[in-house]
Amino acid sequence: MKQSITLEKVTKFMGLGFLSTFKDLFTGKLEKEDFKSFLRKVIVPLASVLLFIGLWHLGAKSLYNTEAAFKIEKALNDQGPEAAEAMRECIASGDISCQPNTLPSPTQVWDSYRSLLKDHQIINADKAAFKEKTTALNKKRIAEGKAPITYTGRPSFVDQIFRSLKTVFAGFFLAFLIAVPLGIFIGLSPTLKSAFNWFIQIFKPVSPVVWYLLVFMIVKTVLIGSNEDSSFTISFISVGLCSMWATLMNTAMGVSSVDKDYINVAKVLKLGSFQKIFKVVLPSSLPLIFTGLKITLSVAWMVLIAIELLAQSPGLGLFVWEEFQNGANDSNAKIIVAMFIIGIIGFLLDRLMLTVQNWVSFDKTDAI
Amino acid sequence: MAYLELNNIYKTYGQGDHATEVLSNINLSIEEGEFVAIVGFTGSGKTTLVNLINGLLEPTKGEILFKGEPIQGSSHERGVIFQNYSLLPWLTVGQNVFMAVKEAFPKKSKEELNELVAEYIEMVSLTPAINKYPKELSGGMRQRVAVARALAMKPEMIIMDEPLGALDALTRGNLQDEILNIWGKDKRTALLITNDMDEGIYMADRIIPLRPGPNATLAPEFKIDIERPRDKTKMNDNLNFKETRNAIIEYLMDIGNERKSEAKEAFVLPDIRPKDFVYQFK
Repeated sequence: MKQSITLEKVTKFMGLGFLSTFKDLFTGKLEKEDFKSFLRKVIVPLASVLLFIGLWHLGAKSLYNTEAAFKIEKALNDQGPEAAEAMRECIASGDISCQPNTLPSPTQVWDSYRSLLKDHQIINADKAAFKEKTTALNKKRIAEGKAPITYTGRPSFVDQIFRSLKTVFAGFFLAFLIAVPLGIFIGLSPTLKSAFNWFIQIFKPVSPVVWYLLVFMIVKTVLIGSNEDSSFTISFISVGLCSMWATLMNTAMGVSSVDKDYINVAKVLKLGSFQKIFKVVLPSSLPLIFTGLKITLSVAWMVLIAIELLAQSPGLGLFVWEEFQNGANDSNAKIIVAMFIIGIIGFLLDRLMLTVQNWVSFDKTDAI
Repeated sequence: MAYLELNNIYKTYGQGDHATEVLSNINLSIEEGEFVAIVGFTGSGKTTLVNLINGLLEPTKGEILFKGEPIQGSSHERGVIFQNYSLLPWLTVGQNVFMAVKEAFPKKSKEELNELVAEYIEMVSLTPAINKYPKELSGGMRQRVAVARALAMKPEMIIMDEPLGALDALTRGNLQDEILNIWGKDKRTALLITNDMDEGIYMADRIIPLRPGPNATLAPEFKIDIERPRDKTKMNDNLNFKETRNAIIEYLMDIGNERKSEAKEAFVLPDIRPKDFVYQFK
């Protein structure tokens, strides 16, 4: 019963335009606009995804053939016709040892995705077993004042995703803490604005790599003598510094361009400067601040990969780099999987911020 | 001594060669409990004048005395109703009013303040909308919130800058009566800036036309001796109303014509024609 209701709901939700279009088609009342919007919203995106996968498949196949032909040619030149024949058979049999190394096809990527998930399950089970084994021992160690034994096996792909998210949110939080207050001060005071303007203009376009090197120089010295792993610290600070500029500029702009009517209200009501900032200036610049934060989060996610790669900080960036260095048979496919995961998470983060932004914004045109 | 006094007020915007004198030689005195209206064309400097009186602007020359003392910035004693409502869109109706009373009466407890808010929102009959946001209200309702906000601070003088300018004629009439009611209850001093002459005559004790800017200055005043409470439906039959109205219109038309003739002299077009104008059409 429950199943049928959900099914009905889903069809209604997904195919409303589609169903009514067909109904109208048979009763001879097809509205052109309905059909057009159905075409645009459902058919065209679906078709473009299929087209993309198709082109990818064909491209990958052609690259595979080129690479295979080259391998056989090379074997012929180096070792003679027998070796070439052996190579041809080896490639055709699908043996892992002699597969051409090139752009993976969609099916290979899908298989890699599933094997990564399976790997995650194996590692999870391993972890659970480890925990079970060590609980009693750890209790004893804690009672004795010793550090508990922790799991030191390799992280799974899913673990890497969460490590990356942790880094990106730490960096985002840092950017938020620096950029929003600083932006408010800059927006409120023309003196501060002229003091910081050159600073912002110069540092804004600096590449993530350079930020990483700068942070590395400083953190390395600050953490001298401590045994702690500094790669996480370095990477999240770099991500924060890289991505905070959009928020800084948007906040400053929002604060300095508050509607004059609202400022007049604050003056006429004789609000104190603290009240004025928190009751009038900030609420009115919230939409712009959130636009800045949205850009900051997407920039943070984008530079994260590069910075993790440089900092050797665990996460998706490091995963991609290690797979590339690894050069195993399915490495390329795993890199493509990571690429899609990165893209999808970036998209979801963007949606998340958009929702928050819509939630805090007010309609300016409606509410004069 | 007058309640509010403006002595030789000049207001100039800009500096040096680019300076424009918006107001020049404004003299005005308003007695306690009086309702004065200033009428003028759009762009004649009405809003500048009102901002000088409520303390948002400072005069370039001259002094403004409120109860015999020069004004310094805005004050809770002079409540302002703005032309464009200026409600804060992220606050509800109740919160908008609450913010004002909290500033005006910092010593009152939260319960007392809430009572005050409820009282004034009831007065403009918006109690059902107390938890709504400005965008959910019509223009007339928004302006009523602005009225409640200004009055809840219990100002001794109400300054209104074209408060009903953006409203339709019917809503406007209702709100005029509401404002008059409130004003009549405890006889506060009121200054109304408007571009609607009928509104001025209907509401005020005195009407003072503002000669259009630049160099706007106040024209001689017109007293309105129509008994209160005034009945809107009978205004058109009132002889006094008709006379006053005609006199003011005549006066303003004269000013308008004067300015038109001035304007004609100011821009004499040169008698030139494009050189190859003829060739293009050959």
